[in-house]
Amino acid sequence: MTTEKTKSKNPVPNRERIKMPRQHMPEQPPLIRAQHFTEVNLGYSAELARQEAIRCLECAKPTCVTDCPVGVKVKDFVQLIVEGKYMEAAAKIREDNVLPAITGRVCPQEDHCEAGCLLKKKGESLGIGYLERFVADYEQQHFDVKSIVKAPPTGKKVAIVGSGPSGLTAAGDLVQKGHSVHVFEALHEVGGVLVYGIPEFRLPKKIIRQQVDYMRSMGVEFETDVVVGRTITIDELFEEEGYDAVFIGTGAGLPQFMGIPGEHLNGVYSANEFLTRINLMHAYEFPSYDEPMVDFRGKDVAVIGGGNTALDAIRSALRLGARKAYILYRRSEAEMPARIEEVKHAKEEGIEFQVLAAPIEFLSDGKGWLAGARCLKMQLGEPDASGRRRPVPIEGSEYDVPLSVAVMAIGTSANPIVQSTTPGLNTNKRGYIEADATTQKTSRKGVFAGGDIVTGAATVILAMGAGRRAAKAIDEYLTTGQW
Amino acid sequence: MFKILHAEFLAPGIKRFVIEAPRIARKQKPGQFVIVRIYEEGERIPLTIENSDPQQGTISIVVQSIGKTTHLLNALGTGDHIMDVVGPLGKPSEIEKFGTVVVMGGGVGTAMAYPTAAALKQAGNRIISIVGARNQELVILEREMRAVSDVLMITTDDGSYADKGFVTDKLRQLIQNGVPIDLVLAIGPIPMMKAVADMTRGEHIRTLVSLNPIMIDGTGMCGGCRVLVDGKSQFACVDGPDFDAHQVDFAVLVQRNAMYREAEKRSMDEYRQGLEAKPLETREPEAAQASADAATRPCAQEAKL
Repeated sequence: MTTEKTKSKNPVPNRERIKMPRQHMPEQPPLIRAQHFTEVNLGYSAELARQEAIRCLECAKPTCVTDCPVGVKVKDFVQLIVEGKYMEAAAKIREDNVLPAITGRVCPQEDHCEAGCLLKKKGESLGIGYLERFVADYEQQHFDVKSIVKAPPTGKKVAIVGSGPSGLTAAGDLVQKGHSVHVFEALHEVGGVLVYGIPEFRLPKKIIRQQVDYMRSMGVEFETDVVVGRTITIDELFEEEGYDAVFIGTGAGLPQFMGIPGEHLNGVYSANEFLTRINLMHAYEFPSYDEPMVDFRGKDVAVIGGGNTALDAIRSALRLGARKAYILYRRSEAEMPARIEEVKHAKEEGIEFQVLAAPIEFLSDGKGWLAGARCLKMQLGEPDASGRRRPVPIEGSEYDVPLSVAVMAIGTSANPIVQSTTPGLNTNKRGYIEADATTQKTSRKGVFAGGDIVTGAATVILAMGAGRRAAKAIDEYLTTGQW
Repeated sequence: MFKILHAEFLAPGIKRFVIEAPRIARKQKPGQFVIVRIYEEGERIPLTIENSDPQQGTISIVVQSIGKTTHLLNALGTGDHIMDVVGPLGKPSEIEKFGTVVVMGGGVGTAMAYPTAAALKQAGNRIISIVGARNQELVILEREMRAVSDVLMITTDDGSYADKGFVTDKLRQLIQNGVPIDLVLAIGPIPMMKAVADMTRGEHIRTLVSLNPIMIDGTGMCGGCRVLVDGKSQFACVDGPDFDAHQVDFAVLVQRNAMYREAEKRSMDEYRQGLEAKPLETREPEAAQASADAATRPCAQEAKL
């Protein structure tokens, strides 16, 4: 623990701090924001940030630090906010997290840093995510490229496969250590799931570009339009392009379908396609952008699933003019994996939650287009392998929901492109790459892997944690030569 | 950015580009494709690689002007750049010694059939090629196809060149004449591929088709290119693009490819209106020249005999 025992600069006594309410995040009014794609949360002002930071109880054993997958020194950076030292606070976060403006927006803080916050026991936890976002945005406005400090060049070359959260994190950490870092991206824009998966209203593209530009100014090189496994193989990266180590962070991959009748109907999408059209391809700006989208205006849309992806998709549909926008989820709201804030935002915007419901068939209008979904009602049974209560169909409970568009957000399976073209790279029975939980080492010497391609679909911050562990292990490997 | 080293019209509205893409050129195998995006606001479209030269670090693609993106692409010329070219994508075509292979190319599909025909020839197969086009002007790659075929047959819908009729007429003749066929590869418009599949199904002749559904990323991530094969969803970008023609549900392919017809029409109309306001001077004369070339090609006379 690097937290130093220094005298608190906090002007408010602890017993008073407990009574202070959590500062609300300013946000666009629901009915206005549901009309367009601009960001919902507006961010703390310096005044609000300081008010919120003052609430921190400065615990001797801060769980906010130990519960963070990348180990951000939360207590320290919050104290720097109290002192008004915002750039120092940003630098403190950057010691452990190279993407603070992104995690400040999309991280499920309630599961990590805010989960064990002492203030939560008395009321509401400290707004750590909001504070992180404030500091990151402040840094962006006041950033000076000359302030970047990194180690002298080591002469070692590292290839990063995939520019999503795990790859970007590994790249940022490794470049700071003085290694030469080259990131390969299959799509035409850098950012992976941050770009194609998360909508503008939750994570503006501008923010991702700023974070990527920051990494460029640190010396990270990016190359788009390279599908590793197809355009070049892992072996060729070592043998022909002279890389000393490779990190694979190719993400979750293939969308799953339900395998029910009518899935091929026009108007039935995977969440990946639906969100990629909107986010990466800007289909919501058609015809200024060429990528088309089904016309949602006046239509009824449902998304099947209960995760963040499902909520991103249905809130996008609403913004594209959907008349009714449903979430169809087979368990109850308590089991939904989505962030609490997203569920709250979605409800405020008018998304209707039909829980304990699962489609069993997509119905056709007779002309090849979706007309509705036939659903079964469910009840909760015994807990399953995930520890959540298993949904059990209620016999004879079929009902039809009229729909023009249905989006399946029910998970993904491993994309095999890298694994199938890399001899000796071990995978588990579901096709994900096997990697050591501490070092992210794979079965191939010099090859590390992390993020969704190892764990299956998870969160941005967990992928970043893997990228961080990999960077540490890669640095050790390159320094010592020991595998 | 990917530089166009050479561009020429093969026929009116059909253009061949030689593009500098060393990494793709080195890896490309017959049957694979690239995804292309021309400019920042552009869509991503899949295009089959016609040929590649690993030494020169180039690939070639053949593009037919159909919608806005292909019209814009075909307005580019030698020295211009394409913003994004990514590949090679998809499974390579199966290349082995089958025996006698009938390679059928309909329209611009001939350009996609060509690399596979060449590789199959190289693998020791007897190649009977059937190339079809609407009219004489649109017959492409005749010389190239002849060079890799033991027999080359050409049909035009209107009889303006070679034999009047469809490629399936020639296939029917081959079957009726008892020519032993081990494999049929058909690449072209969906109705043509479906007709071929219907014809060979009863004869139990193994038939492959290369499908070209709507696609975005081309790496399996989006699932937009799913096709119904043997009653199951398959992704053309990673499971294909070649599939067993007898298992493909062509009706679903037609239906899904029509999903954005209205939007595509709107894009095209707006593009046309823009052109009328500001004509692209280089387009028309070049296209006219290509059609003149087609009429005077040396092979044209020979094949008529």
